[in-house]
Amino acid sequence: MDRASAGLFGEVRKTLTGLWSLVVGLGVTGNQFYRRAVTVHYPRQTVDNLSTFRGPIELIPSAKDPMKPDCILCGMCEQSCPSGCIEVKSHFEEEPDAEEPKAQTPAGAASDPEKKAPPKKKKKTKVIDSFDLNFNLCSLCGLCVQSCPGSGLRFSHEAYLAGYSRSDFEFDLLARMRAKASGPGSAGSDSKR
Amino acid sequence: MNVLGIHIAIELIQIVVAVVVFLAFIGVNVLILVLMERKVAGRFQRRPGPFEVGPHGSLQTLADAVKMMAKELHTPGGADKILFWAAPIITFAPVVVCFMPVPFGPKYLTGWEMNLGVVLILAFSGLGVFGICLAGWSSNNKYSLIGAARAVAQSVAYEIPLLLSVLAVAFQVGSLNLSVITAGQGSWPWQWNVVVQPLSFFIFFVSTLGETNRAPFDLPEAESELTAGFHTEYSGMGFGVFFMAEYAAMVVVCSVGTILFLGGWNGPLVNGPWWFLAKVYGLLFVMMWLRWTFPRVRFDQLLNINWKWLTPLALLNLLVVALMVKLV
Amino acid sequence: MNPEQAFRNLAGDFYTRSLQPGPTENTLILNMGPQHPSTHGVLRIVLELDGEYILRADPVLGYIHRMHEKMGEVKTFAQYLPNMGRVDYLHALAWNWAYVGAVEKLCGVEVSERAEYLRVVTSEMNRISSHFVWWGAYLLDLGAFTPIMYAFDDREWLLDLLQIVTGSRLTYCYFRFGGVSDDVTPEFVEGTLKWCEHMRERLPMYKALVTDNVILRNRCEEIGPIDLDMARRYGATGPVLRGSGVAYDVRRAEPYSVYDRFQFEIPVGTGAGDAMDRYLVRLAEIEQSLNIIEQALKTLPEGPHMHEKAPKRLKAPKGETYFAVEGARGKIGVHLLSDGGKNPYRVKLRAPGFSNLSLFAELVRGVLLADAVSILGSLDMVIPEIDR
Repeated sequence: MDRASAGLFGEVRKTLTGLWSLVVGLGVTGNQFYRRAVTVHYPRQTVDNLSTFRGPIELIPSAKDPMKPDCILCGMCEQSCPSGCIEVKSHFEEEPDAEEPKAQTPAGAASDPEKKAPPKKKKKTKVIDSFDLNFNLCSLCGLCVQSCPGSGLRFSHEAYLAGYSRSDFEFDLLARMRAKASGPGSAGSDSKR
Repeated sequence: MNVLGIHIAIELIQIVVAVVVFLAFIGVNVLILVLMERKVAGRFQRRPGPFEVGPHGSLQTLADAVKMMAKELHTPGGADKILFWAAPIITFAPVVVCFMPVPFGPKYLTGWEMNLGVVLILAFSGLGVFGICLAGWSSNNKYSLIGAARAVAQSVAYEIPLLLSVLAVAFQVGSLNLSVITAGQGSWPWQWNVVVQPLSFFIFFVSTLGETNRAPFDLPEAESELTAGFHTEYSGMGFGVFFMAEYAAMVVVCSVGTILFLGGWNGPLVNGPWWFLAKVYGLLFVMMWLRWTFPRVRFDQLLNINWKWLTPLALLNLLVVALMVKLV
Repeated sequence: MNPEQAFRNLAGDFYTRSLQPGPTENTLILNMGPQHPSTHGVLRIVLELDGEYILRADPVLGYIHRMHEKMGEVKTFAQYLPNMGRVDYLHALAWNWAYVGAVEKLCGVEVSERAEYLRVVTSEMNRISSHFVWWGAYLLDLGAFTPIMYAFDDREWLLDLLQIVTGSRLTYCYFRFGGVSDDVTPEFVEGTLKWCEHMRERLPMYKALVTDNVILRNRCEEIGPIDLDMARRYGATGPVLRGSGVAYDVRRAEPYSVYDRFQFEIPVGTGAGDAMDRYLVRLAEIEQSLNIIEQALKTLPEGPHMHEKAPKRLKAPKGETYFAVEGARGKIGVHLLSDGGKNPYRVKLRAPGFSNLSLFAELVRGVLLADAVSILGSLDMVIPEIDR
C-alpha cells in the first residue's frame, strides 16, 4: 500500500466513524421523541413547589389579634433595605387612663397641701399607621426579614403576580395582612392593594 | 388546422387546471408542513409546540399566514424595487412547474405526462437559485449579500451529485419518465429501487438537503450568525413567498425521491396516491429529524463535503451502475 | 478630502469610522451586535471583513454598564449584597462569595463550618447550572436547536433544588457575613443526591448526542487555539486558561473555605487550546462539581448556619483586602477598600470575562465569520459581568 492509499483508507475510516456518530445522535433524539413533554403547561397545570419561594414580604399577624401585626415598629427593615422600598409610618399614642390606686401616703405623715404627688406619667405606645412596600424596587434579598429583631416580617410565596401598571405593585402590607386574616372571600382579600 | 387548434386548446386548459391544482396543493401542504415542523420540533425537544390557536395548535399556520398578509410590504431604502419584488416570485414560480410530471397515483393523476420528467424537474429547480441571487443583491444589505452568495454557491454545488444519483436510477430503468420509473417498481418494500441502489439513495438525500438549504446545510439562513441571510429585508408576504418556496421545494424533492427510490404510489395492499403521500411525508419527517438534531456545517466544510466526497462517490456509483446494467 | 473619505466620515459612528480599512479596498465593515443572537448579551463587535475572512475585530463595550462599582460606594456593606447576584447572574453565588469573603477578611468575621459546606454545595450547583446555559447556548449558536432544551430540562430540576434553600431561581442573595441566610432541609439533601445520580446518567447522553458528533467536532477542533503566551498576556483564567493546558484553579492555587477537604481533579486541555479543549474542560468540570457536591453533602457537619459571633451590624475597620474565588468563567476577584465608615470606600470587581474577551480581537484575525461565532461561544462570556 503506498502512502496515498493508506491516507485514503484512514480518511474513509474517519468518515465512516463520523457518519456513525450522526446515526447515534439521531438515535438519541429519536428516543426523546417518544417521551412525554416535560413542560408544566401553564395555566392548565401549575407547579407545586412554591412553599420556599421568595415572594413579596408580608407582615406576620400577632397571635392575640390577627388584625394587628407583630411588628414593633423599630424601622430596622426600612434602614437595611438596599432599594429603599419599605416605608413604615407610625405615631405615638398615650395609653388610655387606667384605674389608679389611691396614692399611698406614708404612715403618720400629715398631708402637706404644697407637696402634691407628681402626676403619673402616661405610657406612650407606637401605633402603626401604614406599612408600604414598593415591590417595583424590591430585589428579594431578604435583608429586611433577617434584620427584623422580632417576628414581624416574612416572605410570602406568591409567584403569580401580574399587573397593568407600576401602581399595581405598590403594596399596602397592612391592608393585605388584614385581608388575608379575614379569610378568603372577604372584601379586598384578592386585590393587590 | 381546426383539430390542431382544439388539441392545443385542450392541452392549454389541462395545463392551467394542473397549475391551479398544484398551487392549491402547495398551499395546503405548506400549511400542514409548517405546523408539522413546529410540532415535531416540540416533540424532539420534549415540549408541546404550538397549542393555543385551534385545538392543539392546528390553526397556527393559518394565523401566521393572516399575520403575514397583513404586514406592510416595505421596500428598503436604496433597493432596486423591480428586482426586489420580482425575486420571491422568481424563486416560487418554478417550483409549481416541478409538480407537473410527478405521478401521484396509478392512472390519470399526473399533471402532464412527459418523457423527460426528470430533466424538467432538475432544470426548474435550478431556476430557483436565480431568485435567491436577485434577492440578496437587490436588498442593498451586506448581510443579504453574503447570505445570497453562500446560497448560490451551495445550490449550484449540490446539483451535481443530485443529478448523478438520479442518472443512476435512470440508467437502471432506462427511462426518464417518472411514471415509467414508478410502474417499474413493485408493491412491496423489497421491490423498490432503494434495495438495489442504497448508495444512490443516500447521495440523493444528502444532495437534496444541500439543495433546499435544510439543516445541517442551512448556513444561508443561519439565524444565529447573519440574522436571516438573503431574506433579511423581506417582510410580510415577500417573506411568506420565500417560505412557501422553501417548503414546496422540500415537497418536490421528497416526491422525486419517493418516485425514484421508494416506489412512488406502489404500496402493500392497494396502490394509490395515499401511499405516495405517506412516503413523501415520511421523507419530510426524516428531513425534520435531521434538522432538529445536528448543528450546522460550516460553509467551507459544506462545499468540501460536496466536491471531495459526494461528487466522486456519485461518479463512482454511476460507473458501477452503468457496468452492472451493461453486464446484467 | 475626496468625496469617498467625506462619505466615510459621515457614515457610522466613532467606532465604525475609527476602524479605517487597511491597504485592500475590498473590505466590508460589519457590526456584530449589539442586538445579535450570538453575542451573549449586549456586545458589539465591529468587524472588518474581506469576503468571509475577518481582518480585524474590535469589541465595543459599555452597552450594559450599570455602575455597580459606584453603587458599592453609596450603599452600606450589607446593602451591596443583592448587587452581587446581578453582576453575573449565571454564577451569582460565586460573586456573592467573593464579596462576602472580602468583607469577612477585612473585618475578621468567622464563618460557621456548616455554612462553609453549604456555600460550597450551592456554589458548585450554581456552577453546573451556568455550564448548562453555556452548553445549550453554544450549541444554539452552532445551529443545533435541541441540546439547549435537554440542558434546560436538567437545569430546571437544579433550580428547583436551589429554590428550596435560597428561595430564588437565578439572582441569589443567599450568603451573609458569617454564614448563609437559611439552613437546608433534609428534603434538599436527599433531592440533591438524587439529582447528582440522575445527572451522571444524563451526561453520557450529552456525549453521544453532541460531543462525539462529527459536525460539532469539525466546528470546534482547531478553532481559536490559545497558546500559553497569549493566555498569559491577556490574563485569561478559568476554562479558557485550563483549555490551554495550565492547571490553574483558584480553588487549588489559593484555597479558600473548605475546598482543601474535598477530592476533585482539575480538568485540563490536552491539545492546542482550541475550542474543543475548552468545551471538554467545561464538561469535565460539571462531573468534578458533582463529585464535590456529593462529598460535601455526605460529610455535612451539624451546627448553626450563621456563626454565633457574626455581627448584626457590621463595623468595618480601615484597610483593604482582596478575595478571589473560582467562578464558572474564571477568577472572580473583589478588591475592597474601607475608610472606617458605613459604606465601603471603593469596591473593585475583577470580572473574568473582561480578560477573556480581550483575547477575542487577536484570536479572530484571519478567521471565517462562522468560526468567530464558535470562538465567541467557547470563551463563555456574560456581557453584564464584563460591563458591570
